[in-house]
Amino acid sequence: MQVNGEFQPTIVAFCCNWCSYAGADLSGTNRLQYPANVKIIRIPCSCRLNPLFILRAFQRGADGVILCGCHPGDCHYTTGNYYARRRMTLLFSMLDYLGIEKERTRVEWVSAAEGGKFAATMNEFVQTVTKLGPNRRLEDLRCSKD
Amino acid sequence: MQQGLKEKAIQLLKDGTVDRVLGWKTGEFFYDLTPAVFRTPEEVEKDFVFSVFSGANLSKYLIAESRKGGKVAAFLKPCDTYSFQQLLKEHRILRENVYVVGVQCDGTCDIEKIKAAGCEGVTAVREEGESLVAETLYGEKTIAKKDALLERCTVCKSHKLVVFDELIGEQGEEQDAGRFAEVEKLEKMTPEERYGFWRGELSRCIRCNACRNVCPACSCEKCIFDNPDSGARNKAAADSFEENMFHIIRAFHVAARCTDCGECSRVCPQHIPLHLLNRKFIKDIDELYGEYQAGADMDTKPPLMDFDKGDCEPSVVYKRGGEKA
Repeated sequence: MQVNGEFQPTIVAFCCNWCSYAGADLSGTNRLQYPANVKIIRIPCSCRLNPLFILRAFQRGADGVILCGCHPGDCHYTTGNYYARRRMTLLFSMLDYLGIEKERTRVEWVSAAEGGKFAATMNEFVQTVTKLGPNRRLEDLRCSKD
Repeated sequence: MQQGLKEKAIQLLKDGTVDRVLGWKTGEFFYDLTPAVFRTPEEVEKDFVFSVFSGANLSKYLIAESRKGGKVAAFLKPCDTYSFQQLLKEHRILRENVYVVGVQCDGTCDIEKIKAAGCEGVTAVREEGESLVAETLYGEKTIAKKDALLERCTVCKSHKLVVFDELIGEQGEEQDAGRFAEVEKLEKMTPEERYGFWRGELSRCIRCNACRNVCPACSCEKCIFDNPDSGARNKAAADSFEENMFHIIRAFHVAARCTDCGECSRVCPQHIPLHLLNRKFIKDIDELYGEYQAGADMDTKPPLMDFDKGDCEPSVVYKRGGEKA
């Protein structure tokens, strides 16, 4: 997205209902700022994230996708994030293998008490993706709004 | 070899062990062998073919065949037995209705490679020891068999038949023929080069779905790509995103279940090296979660249905291979 001639990335953050989503809430109530580029989508558990969702987000105009879930060992459903961890590792490796910038995808573990970490992570991720520029290698021209 | 298989099929039909035999017969061309079901000894005598072009993996057909009642015999090569066992593990094949005749194999051939070796107007190909004799309209031509093998056979992972009721030929061993060499070559490229490589390959995709149809791991009874209302059933790929997404997700759906039988690349009419996507997943799983060969046994847990508390973080991808990876 271009704002006043400057590139503003669109970031999709998939947040686990039990930790990161509350963590995002906490960073808000603490008046910690993170960029408005981040669009949060709430999911019931990090392992709910079908790899297809990530590709779909890129198709519909995301420049970066981040998955936030409970720290390993703290999953509300005991083991969900362990499965998510394996899946995302393989998917990111595959995207890198296809030559798609690996910095566009990320997984961070953020608990409900880590409002500060949530804001810091988002700030840093938005900076990284801004530097990379618009997502061109995994875009769908039919969905382009530019 | 063909005569031995024919006799075995006829014997099994005659003594009532099975009432159908799954094998190969000649399709449109002599090199185009298609899987076929034979019901009588006469049919076997007339049509059954086994040659260097019997590449088709018959295990997927057993999902349907084993449910039709009666018993069916199938000829499986070593790599096919891996697919067969993987399907057994997933409860897709009714084992009691299948009689597996294991066939030792020393590689199946690619007609394109024979043509590329300078054989024009090929009308028949026969094996003579280590070489292939191609009968052409312009006389006979001999080429080395190893130059005409399908890619998957040049890096054959195993001559071992992991499951069979009866064996024709000798039991073999697993081997390491360097099947990840191509993947490593790609990993060493820069992301730009890799992107260029895959765009060049995947942009040829015509979405014929042959890779889906032939894959033993990709065997859902209902598939989104058969549903005309899904919006995902484009006949020709609409744009680069569709091509990428289709192949990433196809490979991901069979990750940790793919036995690397190489059928996807064999049937691709556009010669896209699809096995390189599957092999990347296999290589990653081997490196990150321990060696795993899908279909090699009945009791180990597939890596994506399992976890370890000490697994690496997804950020391992950023660190791997230094600057270039």
